[in-house]
Amino acid sequence: MSGVGVGRASSVFIGRSLRHSLRDGEGLLMAIALPVIMLLMFTFVFGGAIQAEGYVDFVVPGVILVCAGFGASSVAVSVNRDITRGAMRRFRTMPIPSATALSGHVVASVIRNLVATAIVVAVAIGIGFRPTTDPLAWLGALLLVTGWILAITTLFAFLGMVSSSPEAANGYGFALLFLPYLSSAFVPIETMPAILQPIARHQPVNPLVESIRGLLVGGEAPLSASITWCVGITTVALVLIVWRFGRDRDR
Amino acid sequence: MSLPIEVTHLAKTYREPVLTGLDLRISGGVVALLGANGAGKTTLVSILTTLVRPDSGTARICGHDVVRDRAAVRRRIAATGQEATLDDLLTGRENLVMMARLHGLSAPRERAAELLEQFDLTAAAGRVVGTYSGGMRRRLDLAASLLAPAEVLFLDEPTTGLDPISRRQVWEDVRERAKAGTTVLLTTQTLDEAEALADRVVVLRQGQIVADGTAASLAARVGGPRLVFCDADGQEVHSIDTDGSAAAVASALRSWTLQPGSDDALRVNLRTPTLDDAFVALTGEEVAA
Repeated sequence: MSGVGVGRASSVFIGRSLRHSLRDGEGLLMAIALPVIMLLMFTFVFGGAIQAEGYVDFVVPGVILVCAGFGASSVAVSVNRDITRGAMRRFRTMPIPSATALSGHVVASVIRNLVATAIVVAVAIGIGFRPTTDPLAWLGALLLVTGWILAITTLFAFLGMVSSSPEAANGYGFALLFLPYLSSAFVPIETMPAILQPIARHQPVNPLVESIRGLLVGGEAPLSASITWCVGITTVALVLIVWRFGRDRDR
Repeated sequence: MSLPIEVTHLAKTYREPVLTGLDLRISGGVVALLGANGAGKTTLVSILTTLVRPDSGTARICGHDVVRDRAAVRRRIAATGQEATLDDLLTGRENLVMMARLHGLSAPRERAAELLEQFDLTAAAGRVVGTYSGGMRRRLDLAASLLAPAEVLFLDEPTTGLDPISRRQVWEDVRERAKAGTTVLLTTQTLDEAEALADRVVVLRQGQIVADGTAASLAARVGGPRLVFCDADGQEVHSIDTDGSAAAVASALRSWTLQPGSDDALRVNLRTPTLDDAFVALTGEEVAA
């Protein structure tokens, strides 16, 4: 048996994970329908009470980040299923770099999330979202969203590795999905209780929301904090994955 | 020439010692590894398939060390785990094509089609594996491990949960593979499987080999044929050792004094020890513990 290298194995595993996405109708529906429903709900149901006009412009960046979280959490389940149901055991006995099975899940999730994000933005424009920006800023926003999706997906992949079952993996991920609510994604931070304001201001989602909002509709864009969070989370998650992957060999 | 499997003083401890200085040399054929739960079978196979590192000792596959030369070992082995490790969301064909691509085979689709045909799965090839029966999953799993030519094949309880016909099919496939020159190491709890397939049976107990030989030679270790008297419920009430000859059986029957009334319903059988008996005798202490 000759086996294949990193490039070939990655492409096989990305293809596998993308097929999973297309076959898993419920997952796909969740990844696309939930953010759209959330966008519509915040704009038409809560929006009027939060801000009289232009709430859609305010809320779209937050919905995009929540959407990234929803989409990424499914990676924890996919990775966990590979580990707990024996697929990873088989990959590890084959002459391939078996960690590429994980990268397949991560890359496929990033692609899936970007598609969902595009749909959300299209719906947002349909209901009155009016970005006042140039192509360079669009590109900047796209890169930031991609960076955040990659960071959170890598983190969820690690959670998938350490969870005892696919259900538990799903549960851990759920906790992380609340981060956007405790930021300026949906309401201005000044309206929160004084004790929550510093937490909301300094957690990773907040600079990202503000940067994406700043790039798309104008205003302050704390880019360096956003990039630092994305790179930091991705790096820490990768280190944890490498550590855990080595350790699993001896369990 | 290097042996397909060569294990020297192999030791592995988790919370408790699992393998304690195991030595094993396998020169080919089908070898069955038997042992009660916790005897060390899975740990041994995990070490040999490069999944787990031993604490001490060495293990070599075709001359390659399983720790230092993992890549070379992986190019020479194929393994199926206890659970069928298939992808439920992919079809049978997609599963095999994916595995064939990972093996770097030049014509993955053609090779997958051959295996599907050989394992009688062509009709179901376009269905997602989630809809397969237990037998079909096992066969596809085995097909996946046979995609690329391997010098050593590890089968961990390959027929658990299969109906008798599917089991025989799997056995036939394993025999063919062995005939073609692949060394097969089979772990199993079902002793008829070891009897049907293995040229050699190795019994593990507490991380050590306690018996090693053909199925017949192991069975013979627990004694010769016995004349067994059973009550109406099939419970053994008395037995007499014989050598199985007509003269010995007749003499044994003459020596038995029938108690009129209470013994009227007794049935008499001539029982030749099976691998089951040997297994219970060889691993019984551990089971009891």
